[in-house]
Amino acid sequence: MSTTATDDRPAHDSEAADTGSAPPASACIDGNEAAATVAYALSEVVAIYPITPASAMGELADAWSAGGETNLWGAVPEVVELQSEAGAAGTLHGALQTGALGTTFTASQGLLLMLPNMYKIAGELTPAVIHVAARAIATHALSIFGDHSDVMAARSTGFAMLCASSVQEAHDFAAVSHAATLRARIPFLHFFDGFRTSHEINRIDLLDDDDLRSLVSDDDIAAHKLRRLRPTAPVVRGTAQNPDVFFQAREAANSFHDAVPSIVAKVFAELEERTGRRYGLVDYEGAPDAERVIVMMGSGSGAVGETVAKLAADGEKVGLATIRLFRPFPVDALLDALPDSVRSIAVLDRCKEPGSAGEPLFQDVVTVVAESERQGVRIIGGRYGLGSKEFTPAMAKAVFDELTSPTPKRRFTVGIVDDVTGLSLDVDDSFLVDLPGRSAVFYALGSDGTVGANKASVKIIGHEPGLHAQGYFVYDSKKSGSMTVSHLRFGPEAIRSTYLVQEADLVACHQFGLLDRFDVLSDVRHQGTFLLNAPYPADELWEHLPTAIQRRIQDRALRVFTIDATRIARDLKMPGRINTIMQPCFFALTDVMDLDRAVGAIKESISAAYGRRGRSIVERNEAAVDRALAELTEVTVPTAVSPSDELEEALSILESASDNAETEFVDRVTMTMIANKGDLLPVSAMPIDGTFPTGTTTFEKRKLAIDIPVWEPELCIDCGKCAVVCPHATIRMKAYEPDALDGAPDGFLTKHFRSRELDGHQLTIQVAPDDCTGCGICVDVCPAKDKTQVKRKAINMRPASEHRVVERERWDFFESIPELDRASITHDSVKNSQLLQPLFEFSGACSGCGETPYLKLLTQLFGDRLVVANATGCSSIYGGNLPTTPWSKDANGLGPAWSNSLFEDNAEFGYGMRLGIEHHQREARRLVEELADDVGIDLASALLADPTPTETGVVEQRTRVAVLRERLGDLISSNDPVVADRARRLSVIADELVRTSTWIVGGDGWAYDIGFGGVDHVLSSGRNVNLLVLDTEVYSNTGGQASKATPLGAVAKFAMGGKPTGKKDLGAIARRYGNVYVAQIAIGGSDIQTVKALAEADAWDGPSLIIAYSTCIAHGIDMETSMSHQKDAVKSGYWPLYRYKPTTDEHEHPFQLDSAAPSIPLKDFALKEARFSMLARSDPRRSAELLDLAQQDIDERWHYYEQLAGVERALHHPHVPDVDAAAPDDEPGESDDGGSDDA
Amino acid sequence: MPDLHTTYLGLALRSPIVASAGPFTGQIDRLVELELAGAGAVVLPSIFEEQIEHETMEIDRLYTVHGESFHEATSFFPEVDDYGSAIDSYLELIENAKVAVDIPVIASLNGANIGGWVKYARLLEGAGADALELNLYTVAADPDISGAALEAEHLELVALVAEEVGVPIAVKISPYYSSVSSFVVELQHSGASGVVMFNRFYSPDLDLETLEVAPRIALSSPEELRLPLRWIGILREHLTMSIAGSTGVHSGFDAAKLILAGADVAMTTSSLLHHGPSHLATIETQLRDWMVEHDYESVTQMRGAVASHAASDPAAYERANYIGNIATYTSRFIGTGDVPLARPRSE
Repeated sequence: MSTTATDDRPAHDSEAADTGSAPPASACIDGNEAAATVAYALSEVVAIYPITPASAMGELADAWSAGGETNLWGAVPEVVELQSEAGAAGTLHGALQTGALGTTFTASQGLLLMLPNMYKIAGELTPAVIHVAARAIATHALSIFGDHSDVMAARSTGFAMLCASSVQEAHDFAAVSHAATLRARIPFLHFFDGFRTSHEINRIDLLDDDDLRSLVSDDDIAAHKLRRLRPTAPVVRGTAQNPDVFFQAREAANSFHDAVPSIVAKVFAELEERTGRRYGLVDYEGAPDAERVIVMMGSGSGAVGETVAKLAADGEKVGLATIRLFRPFPVDALLDALPDSVRSIAVLDRCKEPGSAGEPLFQDVVTVVAESERQGVRIIGGRYGLGSKEFTPAMAKAVFDELTSPTPKRRFTVGIVDDVTGLSLDVDDSFLVDLPGRSAVFYALGSDGTVGANKASVKIIGHEPGLHAQGYFVYDSKKSGSMTVSHLRFGPEAIRSTYLVQEADLVACHQFGLLDRFDVLSDVRHQGTFLLNAPYPADELWEHLPTAIQRRIQDRALRVFTIDATRIARDLKMPGRINTIMQPCFFALTDVMDLDRAVGAIKESISAAYGRRGRSIVERNEAAVDRALAELTEVTVPTAVSPSDELEEALSILESASDNAETEFVDRVTMTMIANKGDLLPVSAMPIDGTFPTGTTTFEKRKLAIDIPVWEPELCIDCGKCAVVCPHATIRMKAYEPDALDGAPDGFLTKHFRSRELDGHQLTIQVAPDDCTGCGICVDVCPAKDKTQVKRKAINMRPASEHRVVERERWDFFESIPELDRASITHDSVKNSQLLQPLFEFSGACSGCGETPYLKLLTQLFGDRLVVANATGCSSIYGGNLPTTPWSKDANGLGPAWSNSLFEDNAEFGYGMRLGIEHHQREARRLVEELADDVGIDLASALLADPTPTETGVVEQRTRVAVLRERLGDLISSNDPVVADRARRLSVIADELVRTSTWIVGGDGWAYDIGFGGVDHVLSSGRNVNLLVLDTEVYSNTGGQASKATPLGAVAKFAMGGKPTGKKDLGAIARRYGNVYVAQIAIGGSDIQTVKALAEADAWDGPSLIIAYSTCIAHGIDMETSMSHQKDAVKSGYWPLYRYKPTTDEHEHPFQLDSAAPSIPLKDFALKEARFSMLARSDPRRSAELLDLAQQDIDERWHYYEQLAGVERALHHPHVPDVDAAAPDDEPGESDDGGSDDA
Repeated sequence: MPDLHTTYLGLALRSPIVASAGPFTGQIDRLVELELAGAGAVVLPSIFEEQIEHETMEIDRLYTVHGESFHEATSFFPEVDDYGSAIDSYLELIENAKVAVDIPVIASLNGANIGGWVKYARLLEGAGADALELNLYTVAADPDISGAALEAEHLELVALVAEEVGVPIAVKISPYYSSVSSFVVELQHSGASGVVMFNRFYSPDLDLETLEVAPRIALSSPEELRLPLRWIGILREHLTMSIAGSTGVHSGFDAAKLILAGADVAMTTSSLLHHGPSHLATIETQLRDWMVEHDYESVTQMRGAVASHAASDPAAYERANYIGNIATYTSRFIGTGDVPLARPRSE
């Protein structure tokens, strides 16, 4: 493909420069695309699986393949998605064995899953390339960000390892890897830094087809293919070898590994001949007579290189040796690269190997130098940049400074403050490198299009002759209302700064609301420019600015410009889309290029980006550009200092805005992270083992909602539907005695609660106004309407600006009302379930998320005795991505204990948790028996009596355990050593005498694909674990790739032509075990069935599987109507509701169909969702065929289910409780038919 | 064998039975069936400017709302190729229809503003439509806009489009004008080549369970024929442009009535939805049989034979009929047992 195919993409993505003769084509692309372009052009089989930050490489390959793009030899590569990276590696291995040219893309845990096959591929001397966007491996916590932990784990596989440090190198080294592997027969792992390189956009020169052809020889390809497995030349490969020969055979390939450095050097030389770009196995830059040298690899060399240039220009004898080929280690090349003058070396590793003598690169360098003739060279080793920690010239300077010390730290860290083991170097942050270009920083929200516009701006600038541009983008960890910060650099020289902009010439704040939350002007240059999107006229703006911002502006003598982009966007019927309004303002204020030319280029990029969405979108965006330039206005900055406070005092307002912490840790650590200042936290502030307190989202008042729900008590029918569907637990329902209203603020809303169990109680439904995301689902589902004006419901969306203050006061009082005694009501109705305190609140999930209502309900039903194993995915991100967690606790300190292990092992992880819990249960019971006389026979008997799985039973047992603990306190000091020992041991584990509910939670990517083997095994175990599959039918977290839960005919990434096969029936597989409780639920289809299913699963003393239909933004729906989509899914039979309850009664019908027969055709449901309707538009015939097949599936399945519901069947199982005993009768008025539950 | 040829909007048709805009005319294989069943022309389903704009905005929203806002995914939905906009699909329908059938293909457009009308009319013409049907589908809900102002605006639209495109234009109107006659004559002055009487609005219905307004369209009944019949009968002598009778055409006899009243073509959708595209052949047979039975040689001969100006009792198109009907119903409800004074003509 290469150049030709690249040119097929939108014109602004690449261009042949229009000056000079036969120039190379250039493009402004990120590192992932730079590598993937070459990998695709040079491959025949591409096995893929999504993982951040490498997913984009697979997505691009898949999209090119789907679009019929060809490789270098005119064939369309086969791009296949597997169920895991292990599967992708196995597929790659197989394809290679049959002579195909193969590749794959991965990172982090994904690379670890490939390791076993990598040993095989290398051991069999098979040419192949794996492209890795290097990323941290999860240890004390998951990190999706960049470091070298993953690739270091692969260094003993036998793969050659080539490290690219920039976007250009990612492109060039991809080609070098593919060329060298064919010549060497050694497979290559080509890697570059996750995010810093994989996601940085920079201008690069593209390799064309002739370049690639010149590097990749047909003879080498033929040789590879002639080694392939085929019946016409049969061989065996992959034998098992005994002690007699294994060792020798392992050594037999040595010469091939030995030859790699010279082969790579030769390919580098050939590349230089064609392109002029020169690379060595190790590249040195800096003073020729350097005495102090840093040795490192990866993107950090950009920051060090700039530092070296500055210091060397100042006469300092410093240098940088950048390692390109890491395996086989280029011993001679390193020694050649180091000037003879070198006296000290600092080796920087971007990984941590606890317990080692030093990190891997350090050890290699020490070995090489020690074995050489060099004498008297001191070598120290340091860690930097773990998990994408910033690495700046100031840090590089600190390393060089350390080398001047007579007693430098032999092992150090740089970039953090280590106040525990004292390893960190002091860094002088005022050290900056002056560069010829300029820079800009943009603060915005994810939804406003700023990042997309800035990417376009980088491309526009980068395509100007004589200009270079770089873009890097930082997001916060929230899926809804996330803040984005764009860092742009541009100028006449190539840009190699691999760190965030430190002194911006222009800072733009695209959302006025961010001014209150962040010090957006902290990094603006003196006399720089501030561009602000504000809802005020220019002459009134000043008085609306926060004091801190005013002080920054005056202190730094900034010029200020403003525009009301939000209003213009609204006028143009593009509410919220301010990107094409702010973009021309940036060009107007930076003067980076001729404005008319810039405007023309912006309009071209608009046309390219939005053209296929329709002419009117293009026209509106073009109009936005024109309006922007007409309405951009300079603000007159008062010369007098308006507020009298000092700057620091003013800035403290920003920090204290959210300073309402209740614990020391939250105050010191969590609040610092929330304020975006986590980089300042020292090592001592961090938990040593990744353990954090729960219930911290409550400190993060994000105030995202433009409209919030407001309750109308006189219309309310107490049904609880608004609360049960609320994805963020921001609609709360409390029943209380009337005297709880003492001290209520004026106007606090309350009504008489209609309940037999809670006679005389009052009810309040209250929104948490600063936590609500404004998704509107609560209003959408509210069934209670004003008889005289039906649009007015019992809960209605109202402007937050008008209601927030009063609702905040009400919320504060509402929180002070005591929670209801959990044992005072049954938990089997929607209404009652919503009177229970949710212990999952205010998550950062997408506004309107379809998963979170299930988790919230889970915590309402069993939160105070809940243990959760959570598969990696959306739920682990909104559940556990710092700074905060929505998992919470009640007033007694009880709440869910939560942990995430991996993506692939979650069922096993939760199973292990269960084994541990059950072990402690057994031990505790044994000890109670043994101590019965000492603690009291009555208490012991009561403790040992099988507690019924009811709330009362739990509460009573908890009381008994409290009494037990008191008695154990005395017994621990007993004179009888046996009793004392038993008491001590029992006191540690006595909590397990109270029933624990173990839930294994994850998405469909886990349950259907990567973790399916474990899911299946755990279901077969017979143990009392509950699996909750939040089934969004795609890999939501990584951007909507198809899983085996993706339905027939739906469009998803990796299934762009509509998924041709049906969804796996996970429930059917589980039901076949006979003793697994299985329920298929959809909270919007039947909320009461959902409540029942969760309760029954918990009560079932065996494995349970609940498959929960979870609407998702990747479905292409308006999330406000999420629940009506669920309702239609059920009504069409697409998502039948059922519960399969194993039973010992021969006359029972274990399979209970909870939804009514399909009453609407599939199309009526499906075509309301973009995932189906886009195919109907792009390929109506195929869509019709697939939907017809899907309809047949539905009809057939329904027919089967109806028969199944009539089957009487007994489970022959020794311990089968009657699950119905735990699920009391329905509350009157709540339907069990799975249809409409509207009152 | 009577001659069924007719001329509509300047186009020569082999039959006066035309399949009007409906679900069938949006499907190529159904268009072929309609041609085989003898349709004189087909009118493609009406494309609504609001629909085009709405879909465009929705698709844009799909790709932008959650895009570029999260580290792990910069998008959540693949931007598939060739998903087309509503207008692209419609233009493709026109192109495919022109390939699939030989009879004239009339594209139908419902605009929302002047710019939209002109822009899209040009596109429809460019795709190969033989004629355009402008559907003046407006519910005059704004009390600040007078009937006169609204009519003036409609006439301006028609004039603008007529100037911009080369193919003939028919204007499909509703019956809700205080002077249908005056307005239709003005349409002719504005450059229209024909008028289609009448369109049927989606009318609101209330769902008594959800208390929501649920617009729906009901299929026409033969009873409804009488409305276009009246206005065609009245207007025939005042117009040189074509007239299409639409609404209530379920049989060849209904078509015969419209033609006798002055229509150049009779359009039908509901009957085809009831009975399938082949029903069009039945309508034609019924028309032809009636013509044979009544010694009519051609449609041309029939056209306007019982129009207001040609009828033996022209007043029957106007008030006299009203009295008769009242009398009929009065007698029924009062239960006098009297024989009705006049039978409705369509029964």
